[in-house]
Amino acid sequence: MNASFTPQDNFFRAATPADDTCLLELDGVSKRFVKSVDFAAKAANFFGARNRPEVVHAVDNVTLKIARGEVVGLVGESGCGKSTLGRMAAGLHTLSEGRRLWKNNDVALISSAEKRRTQLSAQMIFQDPYASVNPRMRVQDIIGEAPVVHGIVPSSAQKNYVEELLVLVGMDPTVLRRFPHQFSGGQRARIGIARALAVRPEFLICDESVAALDVSIQAQVLNLFIRLRQELNLTYLFISHDLGVVRHISDRVVIMYLGRVVESARSEDIFASPNHPYTQALLAEAPTMDVVKRHYIPIKGEIPSPLNPPPGCHFHPRCPQAFKRCMDEKPALWEIAPGRMSACHLNDVQ
Amino acid sequence: MEQATLQVEGLQTSFFTRNGEAKAVNDVSFSVARGQIMGLVGESGSGKSMTGYSIMGLIDKPGKVIGGKIILTGRDGSSRDLRSLDAGAMRDIRGNRVAMIFQDPMMSLNPVLRIDTQMIEAIKAHDNVSTSQARERTRQALIQVGIASPDERLLAYPHQFSGGMRQRIAIACALLNKPDLIIADEPTTALDVTIQGQILFEIQRLCKESGTALIWITHDLSVVAGLADTVCVMYAGKIVESGSVAEVLKSPSHPYTAALMNSAPDRNRRGDFLKQIPGATPSLVNLQPGCAFKERCISSSNECSQPPSSRIVVGNHIVRCIHPVSPFSQGLIQ
Repeated sequence: MNASFTPQDNFFRAATPADDTCLLELDGVSKRFVKSVDFAAKAANFFGARNRPEVVHAVDNVTLKIARGEVVGLVGESGCGKSTLGRMAAGLHTLSEGRRLWKNNDVALISSAEKRRTQLSAQMIFQDPYASVNPRMRVQDIIGEAPVVHGIVPSSAQKNYVEELLVLVGMDPTVLRRFPHQFSGGQRARIGIARALAVRPEFLICDESVAALDVSIQAQVLNLFIRLRQELNLTYLFISHDLGVVRHISDRVVIMYLGRVVESARSEDIFASPNHPYTQALLAEAPTMDVVKRHYIPIKGEIPSPLNPPPGCHFHPRCPQAFKRCMDEKPALWEIAPGRMSACHLNDVQ
Repeated sequence: MEQATLQVEGLQTSFFTRNGEAKAVNDVSFSVARGQIMGLVGESGSGKSMTGYSIMGLIDKPGKVIGGKIILTGRDGSSRDLRSLDAGAMRDIRGNRVAMIFQDPMMSLNPVLRIDTQMIEAIKAHDNVSTSQARERTRQALIQVGIASPDERLLAYPHQFSGGMRQRIAIACALLNKPDLIIADEPTTALDVTIQGQILFEIQRLCKESGTALIWITHDLSVVAGLADTVCVMYAGKIVESGSVAEVLKSPSHPYTAALMNSAPDRNRRGDFLKQIPGATPSLVNLQPGCAFKERCISSSNECSQPPSSRIVVGNHIVRCIHPVSPFSQGLIQ
């Protein structure tokens, strides 16, 4: 089993070195979800009530640059806005603030035909492949519909095209006529990947794509991602809460907390010496097989509600090293070492 | 020597489907001592949850427990075979002497009842106490699992809690009657790492303090590594390897355990292809005799079509394999 993997297979070396061209850039993007004041609340306001629109700051002024050929891991707890950021990167959410640049062109300013093309180049793979496919469609239509609609292949060639894609993701091409419920979880994940690849994207956003899978199936799907990156020269934004997975597949890791980026660095650096207290806590929590019978020292509390985020640094109520300044002043994200960004007041003190 | 809290011997549970008999649990034996945590590890479909349900007597048609003994020894020293009990006697034990925590707490909590209503009901079902005494016990249980301001929280509905809090309440419910045994079925799989860390911390403390035996069902070996004392690895309805966590994880003897550990990302060099296990778990219907892992195993031979017998590696470390991974080759795994 070990012998078939030579050092040359290491995908960081084999993949073309990430060139300088920025494939996707999110420049100071924010996403706010607003629950506006409805009629009843307005009527109540008329009589002196103080109903205000409820605003959730899902993503708050995040800047993210992804170079061609790079794999960026996006890590955070549930509710930190990582999926929202992923959807914004895919163009599925409008931006409340900021700009989305595709190959250095602002997507908001380009023509609609051009926009459609960029939209195809960034595809998303969802967490639950069963929930994201139509259960009444056959595999051939699930995978083959989009490329036919977008004129990538003529409808006469759809069958062959889908068969090729199925082989590419390591599936038996004879399953064309089957329905989604006839597959296991790992196979469904492969169908979701094949569907995303059908429109020949350059950039894949994988939102918790392996979270629901068993360890052995997870390894198979991760290997598929690694292989596809080499074969198709893809760029990934890999969203996950599993640090082991992110560490394995990513060149660069971005850690989010409550809508903000708290740390971003090369994968080796962040796992070797995490800078932000939140990153340190996350790494300390992550279970590993090498530690037997340990004593858990949990970080206290839970991620606060984004409806009512704490002032200053969002992490200060749970931070073991918080001091006065953290409660008042929002720490800036700045480059503490080449290629390493962190947003913590402790870096100013030292 | 003290009698183990739970002793399972030759447990067999089958599902009689139209396509044939699916042996979900096939001759499973293990024991858990007082205050001990046992990890039951396996992939989906390996029968780990069905083992838990069989002990709880929660197997519904077309499934049936068809063989074996499930001997529960209480703190008072009384032993009974849970299989021989009728439905009424089993009802007295369930939630009282043996409790279960499910993966999704939203499924085990009633969404239209307040927390206090459900928890007091669980106490009064088994104990003849006044409502105010029962309420005091629910308060204590919530404090035990680390819920702040329990008085206010008791008046809330399940949807008003976050996922981690709901799981704490489910754990508090399991603790209410101070059971001898708790079976936890993937209780932290859906939770974030930080919340998982908090819950593992509480569980570890509670087992130590109260002497409750715990079976922790999971697919994640790394959780078991940090939490459990002993581990049983299940594959296709059988326990293929068991022993103390330190021993099994240091030198896994069954090729399946070794392959499972090697396929985890933290056991591989960053960026390399993971050492995946080829193929998928076999269907449990019409399972061939012999080792169920033989099609996916690197060291399988013709002899593997015979059912492998259990053999002792060292001490209580037992493996069910004809070609166990030799301890010397373990040098490869870190």
